[in-house]
Amino acid sequence: MTEPLLKVENLRIELKLRDGVAPVIDDLSFELMPGESLSFVGESGCGKSMTALAIMGLLPEGIGRIASGKLIFDGEDLTTASEARLRQIRGNEISMIFQEPMTSLNPVITVGEQIAEVLRTHQGLSRKAAWDQAAELLDAVRIPNPRSRVSDYPFQMSGGQRQRVMIAIALACKPKILIADEPTTALDVTVQAQIFDLLRDLRAQTGTSIIMITHDMGAVAEMAERMIVMYAGRKAEIGPVDQIIDHARHPYTQGLISCVPHIMSDLTETREELTEVPGIVPSLREFGRDQCLFASRCKYRSGECLQHRPPAKGFGNGQISDCWHAEAL
Amino acid sequence: MSETENKPLLDVENLTVRFEVSRGGGWGKRSYLYAVDDVSFTVKRGETLAVVGESGSGKTTTALAVARLVPAYEGAVKVGGTDILGLEGEALRKARQRVQFIFQDPYSSLNPRQRAEAIVREPLDSLSTKSEAEKQEIVDRLFRAVGLRKEQQRLFPHQFSGGQRQRIGIARALATQPELIICDEPVSALDVAIQAQILNLLRRLQAEFGLTYLFISHDLGVVQHMCDSIAVMYMGKVVEHADRLSLFNNPLHPYTAALLSAVPSVDRARREATRRILIPGDPPDPVNMPKGCRFASRCPVAEARCRESAPDLRDVGGGHRVACHLVDERAVSPLAALT
Repeated sequence: MTEPLLKVENLRIELKLRDGVAPVIDDLSFELMPGESLSFVGESGCGKSMTALAIMGLLPEGIGRIASGKLIFDGEDLTTASEARLRQIRGNEISMIFQEPMTSLNPVITVGEQIAEVLRTHQGLSRKAAWDQAAELLDAVRIPNPRSRVSDYPFQMSGGQRQRVMIAIALACKPKILIADEPTTALDVTVQAQIFDLLRDLRAQTGTSIIMITHDMGAVAEMAERMIVMYAGRKAEIGPVDQIIDHARHPYTQGLISCVPHIMSDLTETREELTEVPGIVPSLREFGRDQCLFASRCKYRSGECLQHRPPAKGFGNGQISDCWHAEAL
Repeated sequence: MSETENKPLLDVENLTVRFEVSRGGGWGKRSYLYAVDDVSFTVKRGETLAVVGESGSGKTTTALAVARLVPAYEGAVKVGGTDILGLEGEALRKARQRVQFIFQDPYSSLNPRQRAEAIVREPLDSLSTKSEAEKQEIVDRLFRAVGLRKEQQRLFPHQFSGGQRQRIGIARALATQPELIICDEPVSALDVAIQAQILNLLRRLQAEFGLTYLFISHDLGVVQHMCDSIAVMYMGKVVEHADRLSLFNNPLHPYTAALLSAVPSVDRARREATRRILIPGDPPDPVNMPKGCRFASRCPVAEARCRESAPDLRDVGGGHRVACHLVDERAVSPLAALT
């Protein structure tokens, strides 16, 4: 049995509000194996991106903090690591791709310099060597004519190419974990397919673990082996992707799958009404209450859902659901 | 069924929209970007036509031109038989009552300084001659129809969630009792769970009021659920136009096939059956369009004639129209020969 690469234990992240604090991540635990592809799914405001920022040590300063829990990466607890040590890890061993390829690149610096900077900082390469490797990385992410494109500025590239540059920067130091926060939301579907192919190939070549954050169940099904469904800062369900799609054990997961019209292999004339998940995600003030936070939108709601936070129930196949009615679903 | 119900409500003929661009030409020479290039389609009364395509394909410009929110360069947009492109003054005001628009972004398409009731009433104020009492009654009815409470009429847009704001946008579009509603990506700014609420609402309203939708979207899953027929656009041209089942079950244009194969799916059977059709490279420069088929540079089966002449959109049987040299009357996808 191999050791997990990343072990998150009872993580709690608090965000400072005008009146008190809200737990945007509330008692989250999970493990990531070397080479594994894991996805976080949920609506906006459910704590997916916060988890990613916490792993990167990039929580908004003065507002967000890790209140308790551990983030053990390769045997080292990141919650107690110094800022200098975190700088060594960030971009080197754990790196991140952001949602907006348009705004996360520096518009006045060539893409080659933006890639080379990472290599010089973390790997101590010379100017020349870093520049050469930047061109090789552009080639690896399949940008045509990498030798000449390396001196392009971001505005000279299309959205898909910019996201490839982001991936090149993230992969420059061969990280052990790549966190992709909605990497294709701003892109067209054919470009999205190309980016997914690229990430899959790079993962096969380098053995990098991937944590992908998304709201698209289809993307999860294509990209990940396991998924964690987040709701209001808590884990709703975790398990192997195929199993959860076949038989979700949490009403929120079921809602997320069935509320989206999917293109199926056997398309027919009949079209059912989409299943609605009524209401919206609760406000931050309601986070952390001792009850099921999904209860207000749930059709299976019963007395105990409003009285206590549901415990995690395992199903022996790696699937765990935090729902009072998990067995009955 | 009466005679009028079978006639198309919207008939777009050879619509062209061009924008002047500052580059390309020399002294005194202007160059133009043809965002919509000779596009024709019809929508039957009570049905939904989806216009799909990627960014830059011209789908939103088409919608804006149909609503006369950008000027068309050539062509005709007939609503119930009347070409609305030439209308002016009072006649245009009348036509605007029949065609309304739901915008993509519910955050920027509502005036933040107006109350919800005023937003919904505004089309009535500017396009109709109804009395105050009648207007109030219509606003009340619309709030109920889109699932908002009466007391919410006094609130401002920032006090609503994204889904509720889109409901206000829908109520506003319904205010003048239009026949045609143009929905430009009505759910793409919303969270997935909220999308279902809005899509169901749109379908319920369509059944209730007999609305006709022109539905602009890039999300093929949503399109599949909402539409009766689909027009696929690429670089300002319609490349394929067919009813829902024909298009999804037998896509003929290589671009349509590539688009469909790129959609990630939760259905394992579909994932295993689908062969990803790769279209490498980027679309051509829209100012210097190639003379042949615009998709030829990325098409996996392009031949010499594809680069020489542009294919026309023609019927290959059963109303399935496709613009590809390689599709004949047998209606077999040219990609079938690839394996």
